[in-house]
Amino acid sequence: MAHIALPEGLPGISAGFAFRPETAKPMRELAHILLHEPGTLTPGERELIATYVSARNDCYFCQTSHGAAAAAHLGGEEAVQRVKEDLETAPVSAKLRALLKIAGKVQSGGKNVSEEDVAQARGLGATDLEIHDTVLIAAAFCMYNRYVDGLGTWQPQDPSMYAQMGKRLAEHGYRNPSR
Amino acid sequence: MPHIALPEGLPGIRGAMAFRPEIAGPMSELAEVLLHGPHSLPAGERELIATYVSSLNDCYYCQTSHGAIAAAHLDGDEEVVRRVKEDFRQAEISEKLKALLAIAAKVQRGGKNVTAEDVGLAREYGATDVEIHDTVLIAAAFCMYNRYVDGLATTYPRDEASYRERGKQVAREGYVSAGKGYGQAAASTR
Repeated sequence: MAHIALPEGLPGISAGFAFRPETAKPMRELAHILLHEPGTLTPGERELIATYVSARNDCYFCQTSHGAAAAAHLGGEEAVQRVKEDLETAPVSAKLRALLKIAGKVQSGGKNVSEEDVAQARGLGATDLEIHDTVLIAAAFCMYNRYVDGLGTWQPQDPSMYAQMGKRLAEHGYRNPSR
Repeated sequence: MPHIALPEGLPGIRGAMAFRPEIAGPMSELAEVLLHGPHSLPAGERELIATYVSSLNDCYYCQTSHGAIAAAHLDGDEEVVRRVKEDFRQAEISEKLKALLAIAAKVQRGGKNVTAEDVGLAREYGATDVEIHDTVLIAAAFCMYNRYVDGLATTYPRDEASYRERGKQVAREGYVSAGKGYGQAAASTR
């Protein structure tokens, strides 16, 4: 049961958003810019970063919904599963692997990101904007994950619900409430 | 030196947001609603939660800047800010705020650590659902802001006194108004 009286029937973060629309607006906008708007990293790659960080934070709702959004963008679930299981052998570009390593460092604490981590990503073609957005996606999911679990939101375990949600997020993004 | 080429002359998160003005909007607006906007928890108490979480995350810039904003809201009381960071249970603050700070500390380590007992205690001292919600979200949001500031290795002054004036300004004007001009700073450096 949720820790506070959240609206019923809304899964995960959508219940928090419905409870407090004033904070939902900038939180949706931030996710939309970081994950959905055009960028030099594809939306699928950015959703993989969000999924990877959410998995490291052990947030079921976030890793499953963003994993589904990543799979919808990428046309399949394999990369999503493999990134969560073993980053070293996952079928992603060397550049994305270097960015995911930076995201993992941010997840355990901002100071853990080293000059070598950043230099490696840069050597594989990452731009300053891509490095910036990787750090902020990772940091932002340390917020979203704690918000979802810290309120004790309802997180259904129905794969088809997440698959639908992933398709909708991949198509429409995060700016507008889905219902 | 920062990990990427941030505009010079703006400390901490301000340099980072000037680099990416598109995200400065929602990042400032979230801080505005949580810390500065009208609320049943006084702004000084909300800033103490932000300061405490930032100190748990060992983020010098955030704990010092929000500590200065908290003190500005609390009639310049820098002692209570220090006490909250050292051991909030011994600080001269309300039992309700202590219970909310205990929830914030749980969120800082991970959302699942918050228990029904933690929430029950805060509610016993009079905390409302919105206050509990916002405590969880302030703590969660500072787990973002802190990682953003340190994950980019932003630079900032290391003497607390230099944070006082800006603290008073943000306490007075809020985050959206005090943050205006990020777009211009970025345009001049890109």
